[in-house]
Amino acid sequence: MTDSKYFTTTKKGEIFELKAELNSDKKEKKKEAVKKVIASMTVGKDVSALFPDVVNCMQTDNLELKKLVYLYLMNYAKSQPDMAIMAVNTFVKDCEDPNPLIRALAVRTMGCIRVDKITEYLCEPLRKCLKDEDPYVRKTAAVCVAKLHDINAQLVEDQGFLDTLKDLISDSNPMVVANAVAALSEIAESHPSSNLLDLNPQSINKLLTALNECTEWGQIFILDCLANYTPKDDREAQSICERVTPRLSHANSAVVLSAVKVLMKFMEMLSKDLDYYGTLLKKLAPPLVTLLSAEPELQYVALRNINLIVQKRPEILKHEMKVFFVKYNDPIYVKLEKLDIMIRLASQANIAQVLAELKEYATEVDVDFVRKAVRAIGRCAIKVEQSAERCVSTLLDLIQTKVNYVVQEAIVVIKDIFRKYPNKYESVIATLCENLDSLDEPEARAAMIWIVGEYAERIDNADELLESFLEGFHDESTQVQLQLLTAIVKLFLKKPTETQELVQQVLSLATQDSDNPDLRDRGYIYWRLLSTDPVAAKEVVLAEKPLISEETDLIEPTLLDELICYIGTLASVYHKPPSAFVEGGRGVVHKSLPPRTASSESTESPETAPAGAPSGDQPDVIPTQGDLLGDLLNLDLGPPVSGPPLATSSVQMGAVDLLGGGLDSLMGDEPEGIGGPNFVAPSAATVPANLGASMGSGLSDLFDLTSGVGTLSGSYVAPKAVWLPAMKAKGLEISGTFTRQVGSISMDLQLTNKALQVMTDFAIQFNRNSFGLAPAAPLQIHAPLSPNQTVEISLPLNTVGSVMKMEPLNNLQVAVKNNIDVFYFSTLYPLHILFVEDGKMDRQMFLATWKDIPNENEAQFQIRDCPLNAEAVSSRLQSSNIFTVAKRNVEGQDMLYQSLKLTNGIWVLAELRIQPGNPSFTDLELSLKCRAPEVSQHVYQAYETILKN
Amino acid sequence: MIHSLFLINCSGDIFLEKHWKSVVSQSVCDYFFEAQEKAADVENVPPVISTPHHYLISIYRDKLFFVSVIQTEVPPLFVIEFLHRVADTFQDYFGSSNVGDTLPTGQLSNIPWRRAGVKYTNNEAYFDVVEEIDAIIDKSGSTVFAEIQGVIDACIKLSGMPDLSLSFMNPRLLDDVSFHPCIRFKRWESERVLSFIPPDGNFRLISYRVSSQNLVAIPVYVKHCISFKENSSCGRFDITIGPKQNMGKTIEGITVTVHMPKVVLNMNLTPTQGSYTFDPVTKVLTWDVGKITPQKLPSLKGLVNLQSGAPKPEENPSLNIQFKIQQLAISGLKVNRLDMYGEKYKPFKGVKYVTKAGKFQVRT
Repeated sequence: MTDSKYFTTTKKGEIFELKAELNSDKKEKKKEAVKKVIASMTVGKDVSALFPDVVNCMQTDNLELKKLVYLYLMNYAKSQPDMAIMAVNTFVKDCEDPNPLIRALAVRTMGCIRVDKITEYLCEPLRKCLKDEDPYVRKTAAVCVAKLHDINAQLVEDQGFLDTLKDLISDSNPMVVANAVAALSEIAESHPSSNLLDLNPQSINKLLTALNECTEWGQIFILDCLANYTPKDDREAQSICERVTPRLSHANSAVVLSAVKVLMKFMEMLSKDLDYYGTLLKKLAPPLVTLLSAEPELQYVALRNINLIVQKRPEILKHEMKVFFVKYNDPIYVKLEKLDIMIRLASQANIAQVLAELKEYATEVDVDFVRKAVRAIGRCAIKVEQSAERCVSTLLDLIQTKVNYVVQEAIVVIKDIFRKYPNKYESVIATLCENLDSLDEPEARAAMIWIVGEYAERIDNADELLESFLEGFHDESTQVQLQLLTAIVKLFLKKPTETQELVQQVLSLATQDSDNPDLRDRGYIYWRLLSTDPVAAKEVVLAEKPLISEETDLIEPTLLDELICYIGTLASVYHKPPSAFVEGGRGVVHKSLPPRTASSESTESPETAPAGAPSGDQPDVIPTQGDLLGDLLNLDLGPPVSGPPLATSSVQMGAVDLLGGGLDSLMGDEPEGIGGPNFVAPSAATVPANLGASMGSGLSDLFDLTSGVGTLSGSYVAPKAVWLPAMKAKGLEISGTFTRQVGSISMDLQLTNKALQVMTDFAIQFNRNSFGLAPAAPLQIHAPLSPNQTVEISLPLNTVGSVMKMEPLNNLQVAVKNNIDVFYFSTLYPLHILFVEDGKMDRQMFLATWKDIPNENEAQFQIRDCPLNAEAVSSRLQSSNIFTVAKRNVEGQDMLYQSLKLTNGIWVLAELRIQPGNPSFTDLELSLKCRAPEVSQHVYQAYETILKN
Repeated sequence: MIHSLFLINCSGDIFLEKHWKSVVSQSVCDYFFEAQEKAADVENVPPVISTPHHYLISIYRDKLFFVSVIQTEVPPLFVIEFLHRVADTFQDYFGSSNVGDTLPTGQLSNIPWRRAGVKYTNNEAYFDVVEEIDAIIDKSGSTVFAEIQGVIDACIKLSGMPDLSLSFMNPRLLDDVSFHPCIRFKRWESERVLSFIPPDGNFRLISYRVSSQNLVAIPVYVKHCISFKENSSCGRFDITIGPKQNMGKTIEGITVTVHMPKVVLNMNLTPTQGSYTFDPVTKVLTWDVGKITPQKLPSLKGLVNLQSGAPKPEENPSLNIQFKIQQLAISGLKVNRLDMYGEKYKPFKGVKYVTKAGKFQVRT
């Protein structure tokens, strides 16, 4: 007997018949009738009229019948809430049934009935069920809390269910633990700031125990929850890893991937020297490869994640290239992902194989895939230098096929190869030129034109070729037009005699007949350049170009680290942080990899290679665009003005005022951004006269250049603070501050005589300190200091004194002597007075250094409540000699890459993340990398001081 | 988690929907249909689609799309695994007949994967060791890539709470394994024995992968000559199949499938053995070969008719080969013995081996 017959009754007056049957005395008949009702309901017939009759059948001890009635209730309660109330009593009663299955079923069903009136009645039974003696009931009740929370969050909180749920994390039964974690995770999602899942070593232990015994779905929740925990040291991290590793052998791919996430994250804390680290790396490869033999949908998600993993830790899969080879009947979305990973894994060792495969793919049917395969060959050439020659010849073979889109893609990538390896493969230009006519896509046309312009001197008929493009100038896309304009100007500069007419023509086309402002502007610039100074034009247009970066498509490191924390989630599929796409704009909680903290016993040699640092062969990420303008301006300024030796003569008070006032008024006229507030207050402006004069004369010119000029202004100066109170120094009060201006540091002191006798014979001395700060001149106070008199003096400092590491690092111990006694005090100097003017690092250098500094030297800070935009931040910092090397915008956030150098030659690199346009989120995130990590804290303080004042 | 689930057939009818929280309008599926249209082939529909307010995560199984609607950040693999489990359950329930006999019954037990009170008159335990060879063979016949995907499927009908131990002659072969949750991982790590209390009925005990190239034998070879003449509307097609490393077993159930280029109109071939069909619409050539007798190797030759005037096809069709070898696990994996503890009766035990072609492709 099968159940199918229930679906086949379609007689008239059905409802009426069913009603009679439902009210029958015979149990069997009743059950049959309920089954018929459910069957009708399933196929979409309205049987809600039978509500009271069906609910009447609820009071039975037959489990099957009860389940069916519950099913009916769940379906119709929403549309008939008043009638559903009738069932409440039975639910409450069922929640106390001796059979745990019935208790669980009742509480589960009540949770599924999303009717407000019913939820009120649910609370008491739910409370009981959460403490039920049977684990099956408890685990069902745990999930029910999450359901209830979705309907009425306030109710759940008021009733204290969240605490009960937290208690269940320590339950003796693994299923209960798993469900409690699942429920809490779901609730936590709508309360990102809550600490519902605050874990401690005890609860971690509970979770790890439950992990081995709960269902696969429970394991996923537990693993995802574990991934949010930050172990206190590497030992704890290792022990968690050890207990998570067996999950890699689970049949459920989601379990495997969640386990991979935990391991990838905690690995960050392990030292690379550990044997265990190597073991773990080895263990990660097989499960990742196995994911690729699953169904294509699973493969796709796995591949998107593997893409992240190979960028973070290429060593894991470096020997597994072959599993990413494409099968012709893979779905296209799998093919494209595999191709991407193949290129990421390509190295000198396997390049031959990879190229052979790529060539094979280039003859496939699917156009998108073929195009990507051709591009991949170009990327290989750029990535693996040794293979460049072979790649070029493969591309030439492909061009010979004359398949239109293959040829076009090939030309686009060959252009890139030229830019990476200039003067090497130009012999192929002739072959490329043969295919000029078949190019119909803008990108390919633009690439070809670029090649013709760039190598105009080697192509005999370059002028004819370019002229042929010029005929249909207005029908071309902007990309092609711009390229054509540049190419013809290049041609003209190389062969001026024959091409004058051509260049005239293109310039007038671009400037007079075009509606495109970019094109017009570029046209005018060239025109003026050519007409004013052809030599300069040549230098500008034919300047040597920087080589293109190895790879521009790598994910930026901070984002990659964040995404590693999201392995297995939608974020990992989209390669975007969840804040960028999850609806509802919940509070942005950025996850980050745990820092490395070694346990006290394990001593690490400083040479230890960093766990997180990419291995040597990993290509760089070049920040694109950047602040080219800034670079140019700085260039124009020449090397930063270094401070001339300070005049040894003391600066007279009058002179100070004059200069200070004059300077101030000069600057007052200038627009904001030069850093009005950053300037030294007049009272402290103690610029030596000769320098002041030179500044004054140069100012008017220089200040036209706006920013860039920051090097000339001084660093931020804190208001003077009392260093030595009069009480401690027999009436001498000393307050002071530090300044740095145009390369010289000084200590601005204000001495007040609060005693009744005259003070004379002042002298000052510093104790040895971390940066060798020492007075560059004696403390010169000529006139005796009478009672109640105050004198201000600026003491020039240098950094050639003897060095001793102080605690804290910026501690300075000072002794001041006068005719009465010797007094001692200590003060903390702000680190930014040590930031030197030539602290701007070259961009390439910056990247190399950033990579080179081990990850454990990276320190992260938050600068709260700083509502400045990137430009303001950048210019403000620059006036204190923190230089922005590059700037980029990632996911709506501005990232500033900055460098600074200390007087003792220590470089500090910084990455500053700013969220513009989000007034509610004004915190800046600062990552500092430095070979001497102990300075980071102080650099951070300097940042904070500069930005907040 | 999953907000709603839609089942959609190949012609685009939404024939079943289930909503766990609130009802999400069917119109959300329009985004899916859009993606489907763009993908041209049903198998190419991307599994994760984003729409303005939801994410659609779908699987394609047995000509049906299972489309789930997601609103929050979830692990997509969780959803995909779950959808496959839903599909499995449907398959189980609807089976070959229309509707299965019994509704699933949940019963409390200490072992989550096994119900209590199982009783059989005949107690039996069968294991199928099934290995599939995935391989890519290049034009010249050398192996580009090969690995074995193996599974051990079990059919266990044992009363009570049996505790089983399955051991292998050569467990070292298994270095990349995925286990059913019932297996005790510690025992495997320390003794390389599969120790478990089995679920009742049919289930997959383990799946494994053998990838080291030297262990993967390639049982067949293909000689092929497929060529299209320039500027003429015909081409030549000639393939021959022969046994290679077949461990002395018969290779049977051979089928060759070829996706011919679009310009192919028809094929006029003669098989020495078996029969062939060519579908001029999908351009798929299927040759049902049967088994190989080494004395006379099966071959299929003849002419290919191309659309006149069309350029010679650029791409070379790949051959997809299916075959089967009974009583052999090509990796050499062998079960040593099966012991049962915890129950008194003596069960019937049996192990069967079979090797098949998985994704076995020969490039031409």
